[in-house]
Amino acid sequence: MRSAISRSVDPAFAQHLNTVSTMKQHQHEATRLLTRADLRKRTRPAEFIAETSITGIAFVSLAAIVMIFIFAFREAAPIFSQPDVAAGQVQAPIEEQETYGEEMVASAPESAAPGKESARTDRDAEEGATLENLLGSVWQPVSSVPKFGLLPLVVGSFKVTLLAILLAAPIGILAALFTASFAPRWSREVLKPTIEILAGFPSVVIGFFGLVTLATLLQSVFGYTYRLNAFVGGVAMSLAVIPIIYTVTEDALNAVPKYLTEASLALGATKWETALFVTLPAATPGVFAAVVLGFGRAFGETMIVLMVTGNAALLSPGIFEPVRTMSATIGSEMAEVVFGDTHYTVLFLIGAILFLFTFSLNAVAEIFVRKRLLRRFGGG
Amino acid sequence: MVTKKRRLIGAGVIGISAIAALAIVGIVAAVTGTIVAGGWSTLSWEFLTAAPSEGMTAGGIFPAIVGTVFLVVMMSIAGVPIGTVTAIYLCEYAGTRSVLARGIRFAVNTLAGVPAIVFGLFGLGFFIQFVGGGIDRALTGGAELRWAQPNILWASLTMALLTLPVVIISVEEAIKTVPQDLRAASLALGATKWQTIRRVVIPNSLTGIMTGGILAVSRGAGEVAPILFTGAAYFLPHLPTALSDQFMELGYHIYIMSTQSTDVDATRGIQYATTLVLLLLTFLLNFSAIYLRSRIRARQQRS
Repeated sequence: MRSAISRSVDPAFAQHLNTVSTMKQHQHEATRLLTRADLRKRTRPAEFIAETSITGIAFVSLAAIVMIFIFAFREAAPIFSQPDVAAGQVQAPIEEQETYGEEMVASAPESAAPGKESARTDRDAEEGATLENLLGSVWQPVSSVPKFGLLPLVVGSFKVTLLAILLAAPIGILAALFTASFAPRWSREVLKPTIEILAGFPSVVIGFFGLVTLATLLQSVFGYTYRLNAFVGGVAMSLAVIPIIYTVTEDALNAVPKYLTEASLALGATKWETALFVTLPAATPGVFAAVVLGFGRAFGETMIVLMVTGNAALLSPGIFEPVRTMSATIGSEMAEVVFGDTHYTVLFLIGAILFLFTFSLNAVAEIFVRKRLLRRFGGG
Repeated sequence: MVTKKRRLIGAGVIGISAIAALAIVGIVAAVTGTIVAGGWSTLSWEFLTAAPSEGMTAGGIFPAIVGTVFLVVMMSIAGVPIGTVTAIYLCEYAGTRSVLARGIRFAVNTLAGVPAIVFGLFGLGFFIQFVGGGIDRALTGGAELRWAQPNILWASLTMALLTLPVVIISVEEAIKTVPQDLRAASLALGATKWQTIRRVVIPNSLTGIMTGGILAVSRGAGEVAPILFTGAAYFLPHLPTALSDQFMELGYHIYIMSTQSTDVDATRGIQYATTLVLLLLTFLLNFSAIYLRSRIRARQQRS
């Protein structure tokens, strides 16, 4: 039949028909002879490229954290390797003194006076003793004899952070207990979005609120001398910490197995007894993690403290005195510093310390949430 | 039996915790109320579209709005794709026991906890000094300072790193809600793994990717610490036109105006109104993210 057609029509068309029929034949053959070899995994270049590049890009965040670690310490390293850097570049940033305003002058009464003589002896004393300089109790990075004592900054950071936690922890934990154990449904519907709004407030907005409203309000209530101080900083900071403590605590409370609370209620305990003596103790690791996370957040927060703590790097005992935290020091001084200078290096050192500190706090919190909760409830 | 004493203590406990919950609502109302009340009268169309004038004591905040938009757009361009791909890797490619995947998860968690100011330091040390300095040395032999100084590119990249965990977590959540059946069906029809991801998984997680992007933008628009010394400027007479330009930004503008302005009291209105604009922007972004997320969660419950 095929030959009959090819005889009657033109050769090109016959050729075409030929190929079609052979193709059909081949296809038929293929379905018939599908063997093990055909099912073998084929190398697909597109798949390989996709997987490799996705893995490669996923690597970015890992690389970023390693780089942050490396660069924070790289820029801070000269402090430890070259003890004479501090003495060598002492005079460099002197002309920038005016940028720091009055608190620098107020905190450095002796820096205005010293003659060349005393400056020289001080500098000689500093040579090879940078670490000692760092552990000192005076922070005067911009003066004829720069002093990089970190103590006032560390104390300032802890003051503000502890105040913030002391205020935020009770409010956050109690509110979480309320939502998890007592709240009627409608109030939960109100509270959840409210917390999200609070968590969404940019820190600069909280700082502005603290600076303009809170500072005036608290001063009129407590009647202290300095309008901006560690106390206002702590109060403002607590607004930023409450959402974290609340959220993590609430998660922990909700993770407490129902059979515990039901058993307690079945034994005749009231709702509040169950909440206070069963649910809350069972969720202790989570609550602890919440406080630790809040502490880390408050310790690293910059804008709030930069705006409301008064920014004077003074070592003082009271909570109503102006302070300057570690993060605020970086924020306010880094923009005006000479690259590679000792001051620059010390600011990076502070950053590295902040990084390490918050890093370990987060690690502790993580361990508490994961391991302890798992061990407690994992089996049941 | 519930005695009178127990009932009394109970009322006290519930009362105190209710007061704590109420305090939170009160705080939010107080902050929002103060800022709305303070900024409402200054806020006008002209305020949004005019540049600051008379030594920043009058005029509007147009350059700051434009700068913020530039910043978050560039940040999203850099950060959202990387975050999405990382989430895809973690959900689709990484084995449960893979060391690399665990390392990346650990890095993402750590990145989320690093203080914002440390990101700023990183931007300064890495992007400006190391990368920017390297580019300058390669282009001009270090004679001209073009890239080794604060600019909008480095600020955006710094911000992209900061918001990376936000994107990753959001997208991951969305990818996990894509039903396993869909993947299985696609694979059973002969599609390869990459084809399945591209045609099935990604289209089904678009809402999550959008949520991640919105949350990142909201976070990025509000953070000031990372851009303090990586690109934000006190005042610029013109809008940024090149990647190597500095820029004005809303949050930074609030900080500068309320702490270092020439006349802090006279510019109170501007400060309040700027804060109000930033707050409205964040609200808008956060609420759209919450809405999108609730849609994802609804799907999760259905499946």
